[in-house]
Amino acid sequence: MHARRVAVTVTLLLGLPLLAAAQTKSITLPPDHVFSDLAPGPGVETTQRACRSCHSTDYVVTQPRGDARQWEGVVAKMMSVYGANITADDAKTIVQYLSRQYGK
Amino acid sequence: MPGLDRRRFLSGLGAAAAVASVATPGAARAADPILDGRPLVRYPEKTDLILLTSRPAQLETPMRYFDRALTRNDAFFVRYHTFPTPSSVDLGAWRLRVGGRVDRPLELSLDELRTKFPRVALTAVAQCSGNSRGRFTPRVLGGQWGDGAMGNAEWVGARLRDVLAAAGVRQGAVQVTFEGLDRPAFPTVPQFVKSLDVARAGEDPDVLIAYQMNGGELPMLNGYPVRLIVPGWYATYWVKHLTDVQVIDHVFEKFWMKPAYRIPDTACGCVEPGMAPARTVPITRMTVRSFIAAPAGGARVEVGRPTALKGIAFDGGYGIREVQVSDDGGVSWRRAQPGQDLGRYSFREWSATWTPPRPGRHRLMVRALNGIGESQGYEALWNPAGYLRNVIESIEVQAG
Repeated sequence: MHARRVAVTVTLLLGLPLLAAAQTKSITLPPDHVFSDLAPGPGVETTQRACRSCHSTDYVVTQPRGDARQWEGVVAKMMSVYGANITADDAKTIVQYLSRQYGK
Repeated sequence: MPGLDRRRFLSGLGAAAAVASVATPGAARAADPILDGRPLVRYPEKTDLILLTSRPAQLETPMRYFDRALTRNDAFFVRYHTFPTPSSVDLGAWRLRVGGRVDRPLELSLDELRTKFPRVALTAVAQCSGNSRGRFTPRVLGGQWGDGAMGNAEWVGARLRDVLAAAGVRQGAVQVTFEGLDRPAFPTVPQFVKSLDVARAGEDPDVLIAYQMNGGELPMLNGYPVRLIVPGWYATYWVKHLTDVQVIDHVFEKFWMKPAYRIPDTACGCVEPGMAPARTVPITRMTVRSFIAAPAGGARVEVGRPTALKGIAFDGGYGIREVQVSDDGGVSWRRAQPGQDLGRYSFREWSATWTPPRPGRHRLMVRALNGIGESQGYEALWNPAGYLRNVIESIEVQAG
């Protein structure tokens, strides 16, 4: 997890040529936590594919529940503001899924 | 009744040694609907923090860490806007670039930043604009933070104004923009860039380019190797992994300055719940807040036995003048004992002693007053983005 510590150790063992490597600090981030998993239901695969291309879906599961109007707004924002590549058909499927699984 | 209450509180740390231990791991989270179900996770250079989102990483600090003024680096909250986030920095190649409307564009190595400019230390609170957003009623969309998107550290770095002076800001400069190593996976996602007016960037001696945090290097997830410190203002301006400082001749209004991170252009920064503001302005200075970190919400305490109350208070740079606590729903308030003053931008630690008078549930409240008389209200203010929260906070404990 802490590559720089490794690099420092290697430098001590092998001498100065690796000094440049010791100037690099790296971390490895864990994968998406299962907490982010979407509830099963019609449209879940389409929703996962669209959302997860940019972010983990804990962004979805932690939001306040809302009706279709709320989720239409969210999907429209992802497309217009962040340029999410979602077809009109898929957007409809995603809104239906979210309104059903995360609706009021 | 108020007289009796007053006697139950014995301000001061003198009694702290004698008070009961009330640690109840997990109770705070179980008792909190916003944090309920959210896992503790461990990220590189971090201790167990409460997960908000995995990708990009957003992690919040459990309330128990706020029983003291300084927040440990490994417990400090994490907030990113876009994915992927910077995970590797080669100092051999890393440079801080200063350009735009300047006489002498600069490219500084970390070593040069450390040695060519006076070294300044400042203790200051970083708080996410949306800290406590999850508690808004009616609820609002956005990162559903509890109260842990805040932290306080001693930052050491170079003054931004000294770096800008070395570059020579030209006539006609209006704002300065700040950009870090973050690069979204898709070019359609707005690049995270923030701006400050040249008046603050070029003159305020407290705005720093920090390369040290609580005596150590910055954790990667808090902006290694350097981040901007804009004390008193929300952390949205505290650009992590800072690499590019550009002096410009206009007001910067790209996505993360407009329409993002805006508050209603009203005196309170609020509107009627559920309403949309007519006009908005960029969010800037933090509101007054205070918290009880110990005992934990939901903890069991012993009737008749003095219990230590501890926590922190802070504001947007005028300093905390007074912290008060109440155990009767805010009918009467009494002063808590202030901790060491670490400066007007810092968390102010406070403590008090409270003796549970009878069995059953008790609600304990805290509020603070800052250097210009601003305080906290009984009713939460509301705005559609879930910013500026500063209602009086409280915890419930069970005496038996």
